[in-house]
Amino acid sequence: MSRYDLSIGIGGAAGQGIATPGDILARLFVRRGLHLSAYNAYQSIIRGGHIFLTLRTSDEPVLSFGDKIDVLIALNQDTMDRHLRLMRSGSAVLYNADKIKPGNAEPGVQLCHFSVKELAPGVKGDLVQNTIALSALLRLIGVEFKVLEEIINVQFRRKGPTVIEENLAVARAGYEYAGSRFQPFPWPLPDTGKRLAFFEGNQALAMGGAAAGVRFYCAYPMSPSSGVLHWMARHARQLGIVVRQVEDEISVINMAIGAAHAGCRAMCATSGGGFALMSEALGSAAMMEIPVVCINVQRAGPATGVPTKTEQGDLWQVMGAGQGDYPRIIVAPTNIPDCFKTVPRLFNLVDRFQCPGIILSDLLLSEGRASVDPAELDFNVPIDRGEVIGLNGALAPDGGYKRYRLTESGVSPRALPGTPGYMHTVATDEHDEDGVLISDEYTNPHKRRAMHEKRMRKMQGILAEIEPPKLFGPEEAQVTLVGWGSTEGVIREAMQRLAADGIAANNLQVKWLVPFHGEAVTRLLTKGAKTIIVENNYSGQFARYLRSETGLAADGHIRKYDGEPFMPHHIVDGVKAILSGAQRVYVPVHEIMV
Amino acid sequence: MSVSPTEGRREARPAGAGAAARTTVKDLKGRVEPDWCPGCGDFGVLSALKQAIVELGLQPHEVMVISGIGCSSNLPGFINTYGMHTLHGRALAVATGAQLANHELKIVVTGGDGDGYGIGGNHFLHTMRRNVDLTYIVMNNQIYGLTTGQVSPTSVKGMKTKSTPEGSIENPINPIPLAIAAGATYVARGYTGQVKHLVELIKGGIRHRGFALIDAFSPCVTFNHDNTHDFFKQRTVKLEDRGHDPTNFAAAMEQGYRWGDEIPIGLFWKREDIPSLDELEPVLAEGGPLARRPLGVPPDVARSLIRDLM
Ligand SMILES: Cc1ncc(C[n+]2csc(CCOP(=O)(O)OP(=O)(O)O)c2C)c(N)n1
Ligand code: SF4
Repeated sequence: MSRYDLSIGIGGAAGQGIATPGDILARLFVRRGLHLSAYNAYQSIIRGGHIFLTLRTSDEPVLSFGDKIDVLIALNQDTMDRHLRLMRSGSAVLYNADKIKPGNAEPGVQLCHFSVKELAPGVKGDLVQNTIALSALLRLIGVEFKVLEEIINVQFRRKGPTVIEENLAVARAGYEYAGSRFQPFPWPLPDTGKRLAFFEGNQALAMGGAAAGVRFYCAYPMSPSSGVLHWMARHARQLGIVVRQVEDEISVINMAIGAAHAGCRAMCATSGGGFALMSEALGSAAMMEIPVVCINVQRAGPATGVPTKTEQGDLWQVMGAGQGDYPRIIVAPTNIPDCFKTVPRLFNLVDRFQCPGIILSDLLLSEGRASVDPAELDFNVPIDRGEVIGLNGALAPDGGYKRYRLTESGVSPRALPGTPGYMHTVATDEHDEDGVLISDEYTNPHKRRAMHEKRMRKMQGILAEIEPPKLFGPEEAQVTLVGWGSTEGVIREAMQRLAADGIAANNLQVKWLVPFHGEAVTRLLTKGAKTIIVENNYSGQFARYLRSETGLAADGHIRKYDGEPFMPHHIVDGVKAILSGAQRVYVPVHEIMV
Repeated sequence: MSVSPTEGRREARPAGAGAAARTTVKDLKGRVEPDWCPGCGDFGVLSALKQAIVELGLQPHEVMVISGIGCSSNLPGFINTYGMHTLHGRALAVATGAQLANHELKIVVTGGDGDGYGIGGNHFLHTMRRNVDLTYIVMNNQIYGLTTGQVSPTSVKGMKTKSTPEGSIENPINPIPLAIAAGATYVARGYTGQVKHLVELIKGGIRHRGFALIDAFSPCVTFNHDNTHDFFKQRTVKLEDRGHDPTNFAAAMEQGYRWGDEIPIGLFWKREDIPSLDELEPVLAEGGPLARRPLGVPPDVARSLIRDLM
């Protein structure tokens, strides 16, 4: 079977009903076992503006939302004006000719116009154009009408038989019209006979929390992290999770710390601005040695920035969050299913090492959607709560209980409040082994040093637990593309394109950021291939970090900071430009105006 | 002593299965001696709190004392219960999380006026409107002690401090009417020179199901030369001696605003018909404290979650 690869773009204004056809298509694809990647480019408004939803499907895993659009559904003139010039030969544009006029299209672009007035005379409301466009699209990609019939029956079940009948009639008209007027795509939409699931990254993070046994979740709404809160709130009763929206992010993290200290697995999520407010408390979790997980879903900054646009711009903020040195774990999941798997893994680590854990996601991952094989969604994950007195047999050593006993690993057994006989006070001030403040003795440099070293020793233990990054792709390569977090998919798609053009590239995608496997990375990056670092920010935050950890300076940089994620050709073009010696920092131009 | 009996809907539970010995004040002695200046009002709160725990028959491990940062906030280190000495202003947020995670713990939050009404003001407001089941004792010395004597949100207008050498030009916060208006369901004021009276107020607060504020005048003998023990000794009058009815909203507000030759202490306001946050939280209604529930998602629930995604 030839590789099927179809990309559909639906554009219009906020409020024009783009989500519903988007959902219908996504479900249709995954129910045929096709893979999916969806990305919604939107603006921070409730009505108006420009929204552009891209859905790409294939019978092979889809790595990114791609470079091209095969079918454009233009729901308003604005969408037509912005996108028509990008449509290439062989593609199709669907639009309501009553309201929308096309401009000049490239030869070979099929202009599929229909008239709502003609096909649905007397039917009121704007949404009818969406129904016609959707039914025409299904005809174009060879989906039988009965599939659409089922979808409409389900979709309008609650609105009663009259509404269903009306919509079916409109759909039938659109479907038949498309059959008689438009040229269908040469390959009908395949059916692999399997069924996949799909979800967005925020859902994956929330579900990962549920799998990990999170019992307390709190947040203050902030795009693009609110999806985690919404999922948690919707499933709170079913899963037995106390979910609270509280007054601000300072409260969020402190509440989570309180709950975690009392014995719950506690999690919270925010975006950059909220994370900034949490800084002091994150350090306090490290000082009190309380395990807690915080997700930062990055959006374009600084300050309130661009609330609905993506960026990888918080790396330095997260690494510098809070005063002083303290043990912590920072991890950037590399794809949407990885978001799900990372959360329980991180909880086991923070429980074992009694320190805060931070997940760096971004809008691309968190609000992007992807297909996943349901077999990959294993909720039955190993749970390791670390050394907790009374939980797994950890007992106080002879000589009485000391909450912060100096140990080789840096980990001291904790006793949960309420346990008889192990009373102690945890403190954000520096303290002695038994929790007594060092300042109570008018400070004691020896004790301070011993306690500080005890805490920091945890970092070695954590590093031994996390796997070093590996090279993906050909061992012998001309270029190593280094990325971190969410850019994995697009980099890997770019590698395939480069290979087709005769450029052998491999990829080092870094997931575990702190602690960092500096030695292993140095070994991989000094094999002779040129190193090009790909990141979604202006100043090359990861490049600077890599240099500080390894001393390695990259041969070239591909950076993007316009709020939109990379498309594969941005990386391909950048690699070629850098290899030809033109630029060390290549900044692609984003050609789709979204 | 005529502080009206404050029977909560759920009595303080007797010690663990009745087997443990009765707690004594000695059992509650912390690992270190308080480092407060001799004569600091905070000593009065520490001894009143210990006495209240003893009289309520609570075991040390059943109580968690949580504070922010300040002289007064050092208190958890001086008492042998579970304790948290958190960040400046954040104790109430931490305490809310701990309370929801284990609603069987008795949570007592202690701190200063700067900590609670200044930097922690937002949390103060929201913890009250949520009616979180905890007892909040503010050692109100109308100054910043630990940072060596700057103006505080409760310093009276005109007070000269290191940061207001010309005298403060801002109006002080009056925590009593503020708390009543914000939804606190037990609002009292004590004075550390009247420890027995304070013990009763604290006991009432711990027994009370819901948010209990006890604003305690706790003179800073080192930095506040205006609001001294003498100042309060001459002025404090007990509400119960004046026949105050703590269920009368208008009277509670009126008494709360009094400040002059007579400054009332005692129980201003109390409501028992408002459920606390944990009582309203449906997830807590069954299955015991969150902190003790088993982790993981049951297989049938996991299956239905996955089905929803297909
Ligand atoms: C974020 C932060 N800001 C400032 C401080 C410094 N600080 C410590 S205690 C304190 C005020 C203490 O006043 P109060 O809460 O009234 O307590 P008191 O010492 O009078 O008992 C301040 C400003 C701090 N620790 N953290
Ligand atoms: S400085 Fe004031 S508040 Fe602090 S311990 Fe001394 S007397 Fe008490």
